[in-house]
Amino acid sequence: MSDKSDTKQAASRAPVSQRAFTVEKPKDTTGIGSQVSITIDDREIKVPVGATILDAAKELGIHIPTLCFHDDLCVAGVCRVCVVEVEGQRTLQAACAYPVTAPINVKTHTRKVRQARRHVVDLLLSKHYGECYACVRNNNCELQSLAKEYGVDHFRFGHPDAPIYDPDESSYSVHRDMNKCVLCRRCVRTCIDLQEVGVLDAAHRGVESRIETFLDKPLADVVCINCGQCVNRCPTGALKANDPTDDVWAAIDDPAKHVVIQTAPSPRAGVGECFGLEPGIPLTLEMNTALRRCGFDRVFDTNFTADLTIIEEGTELIQRLHTALVQKEPVALPQFTSCSPGWVKFIEHFYPEMLPNLSSAKSPQQMFGAIIKTYYAKVNNLDPKDIVSVALMPCSAKKFECNRPEMNDSGYKDVDYGLTTRELARMISEAGIHLPEVPKSPFDDPFGQETGSGVIFGASGGVMEAALRSVIELVCGIKVEDLYDHADIIPVRGFEGVKYAEITVPDVGPVPDILAHLVPNWDWLKGATLKVGVCHGTANAKKVLDDIRAGGKFSECHFIEFMACPGGCLGGGGQPIPTTAEIRAARARAIYSEDDRSEVRKSHENPAVLELYGKFLTDGPCGEMSHKLLHTGYVPRGKYIP
Amino acid sequence: MLVPVQERLRQDIEGWIKSNGGDRSSLLPVLQEVQKKYSRISDYAMQVIADLLDIHPVEVHGVVSFYSFLKEAHKGRFEIRLCRTISCDMAGRDRVARQLENELGITFGETTPDGRFSLEWANCVGMCDQGPALLVNEQVFTCVTPEKVHDILAHFKKMMDINVFQQAEEH
Ligand code: SF4
Ligand code: SF4
Ligand code: SF4
Ligand code: FES
Ligand code: FES
Repeated sequence: MSDKSDTKQAASRAPVSQRAFTVEKPKDTTGIGSQVSITIDDREIKVPVGATILDAAKELGIHIPTLCFHDDLCVAGVCRVCVVEVEGQRTLQAACAYPVTAPINVKTHTRKVRQARRHVVDLLLSKHYGECYACVRNNNCELQSLAKEYGVDHFRFGHPDAPIYDPDESSYSVHRDMNKCVLCRRCVRTCIDLQEVGVLDAAHRGVESRIETFLDKPLADVVCINCGQCVNRCPTGALKANDPTDDVWAAIDDPAKHVVIQTAPSPRAGVGECFGLEPGIPLTLEMNTALRRCGFDRVFDTNFTADLTIIEEGTELIQRLHTALVQKEPVALPQFTSCSPGWVKFIEHFYPEMLPNLSSAKSPQQMFGAIIKTYYAKVNNLDPKDIVSVALMPCSAKKFECNRPEMNDSGYKDVDYGLTTRELARMISEAGIHLPEVPKSPFDDPFGQETGSGVIFGASGGVMEAALRSVIELVCGIKVEDLYDHADIIPVRGFEGVKYAEITVPDVGPVPDILAHLVPNWDWLKGATLKVGVCHGTANAKKVLDDIRAGGKFSECHFIEFMACPGGCLGGGGQPIPTTAEIRAARARAIYSEDDRSEVRKSHENPAVLELYGKFLTDGPCGEMSHKLLHTGYVPRGKYIP
Repeated sequence: MLVPVQERLRQDIEGWIKSNGGDRSSLLPVLQEVQKKYSRISDYAMQVIADLLDIHPVEVHGVVSFYSFLKEAHKGRFEIRLCRTISCDMAGRDRVARQLENELGITFGETTPDGRFSLEWANCVGMCDQGPALLVNEQVFTCVTPEKVHDILAHFKKMMDINVFQQAEEH
């Protein structure tokens, strides 16, 4: 099995009808015949054979409009917005789907081209029912921009004056309104190629074509994992996250309610994009101020429970390893991380037999929810029923997660509302705040102290790196810095789809107090090699799970990190639109720079976490209390729909 | 659906997939086989096919909903499809259509309550020089007149009555 993800096209499993013909580019672009020259609007450039006209135009800085094309996805060539004139060809050609194999001469804005594009847009609008001012994508909609770019001033081919379809609002996470769909099939390719879930496809024929779920069932009744990746790639408002901002405002406006918000690491790396900043500028502390100005009573950092997750999940791993290596009893290994609710639902649907491998630790969001309505309520003399707990997440699956019936271990609904980055940005704008300009302020105590390990949860490989930092120190009794420069565990970082690393335990130290109730000593780990895996995007998760099923190298791993979204949380379905590979890389830089700046960079050194174990979870990690509040169970859902 | 029927369906599908090459491109022939034997392609059948071909059920649904000769829901035992394209139209398809509706007591898109006949429109079936043309399942009838409609229906009713026709397996 190859670690490097293949080219988008070769790896695509989307139906052939939704993939255009492509020519593979030569690996070595310096050899004779591997380059070809193309002239676009009288400017010449050399590109590798197989590059598309669109690629070449980008290189030259020439803008060709697109709609069905998306950087992350295989080429479909279905919308024809990108047509150009190619000399010698009778008809116009789609620039995104035209591989250049011989020198050609291209014109991108002749009269014929302009007219054709205008007609395409007019035709799209003739089937598009929606009012921009009442649409979540107002001002960030590719259809709207095209209409503007092509000067649409009337509806040449008509415009529907009533909706044709009922919107599907069955899901806790994703709402679909097919009246706004332009049939670009980006969602289809996303769900099949990036996520391997396969919820959506084009059904019926001709004018009746539409995007449907299996048998056109409501989204809540099919295998959707709520990842929201389709929302993030939809060019229009046809797909959107279920937006609870009205309820959150209502809670803020109610003086009897104590409204707290926890904020995850990824939104702060992305929220600036909603305010016109370039990607990669973190606005953590500005956001704290803005949230207080919006009216939240307390602003907490989810990093606190990210650290708690590391301790709980790490302890669980040590218990499993101890059972396997010392007691020699059967136990489910490798252990899988459980912080990504999209991934959790994926395994529940598609690999239910592997659920025992999934860590029972809750995600940081849900741990925080349970702690807020118990410990925090007690310390602050608050009645948990008056607390409204909001979570700011980069994720739409978190909305489903907080509504799972089992997530009420505090005796109340642990987390009341999940907000995405986009929704929060709107709330902030609605409050008249221009985020980049507000002063900075810290998080609230008692959970204020964050660590770098918590921050990097947002990037693929982050959970693993955080876990390794702690495991190495707790087991080996040495500083991570002695093994890895600056405690940066590079082998698990980066955007490769599937990563694998081995770490040998050089020597063991004394068992630290916090774990003393679980193992007498570490001798059994001396010289052991810890094998770990990291993957992101559920299509990659499928590869890893299939490898485990087949007894491949991942079946020998001890611990594997899974994230449902490509790039990890920073590429989450609730993050600002658009999200592309470049933008994900910029957000990752923002996250690692926050880690770099943190004073405490290891979860087990987080003083607030240690205090929580000292005062509240007194029977220690994976103890009785923590099992009640911080751990959960899963539902084997299966993929057959009755 | 009863479990043994599901089991039989699964075995059938397994066999058809094998004999058609076993990969994704065997989808259409397998769907045709299912349609032929079971007279429709049930939800369960679509999911089994997807599972065995390692694709997603929604992709099978996409294909089934694309072709009008593949059916998700039960239709009549005999599906009558009358061509509505221009040549047949000019040759008198309206009178034929009216006769069909009158004799069967249903309109286009419907199925008779006894489940024997359903009525659909078709686009050109390639018999333009001999219109009006209609199909009953896979059998073609040309130069149809209202009188001929009566004979055709009588013929198929008789087939059902004397039960020479093997009943389609219901599921
Ligand atoms: S999807 Fe775009 S064009 Fe349609 S109503 Fe929304 S903003 Fe306007
Ligand atoms: S939310 Fe994820 S799983 Fe659900 S339809 Fe969208 S891409 Fe597919
Ligand atoms: S729902 Fe959105 S992404 Fe999917 S086909 Fe329609 S417009 Fe494209
Ligand atoms: S962007 Fe090229 S065909 Fe849609
Ligand atoms: S027009 Fe009826 S068969 Fe061709």
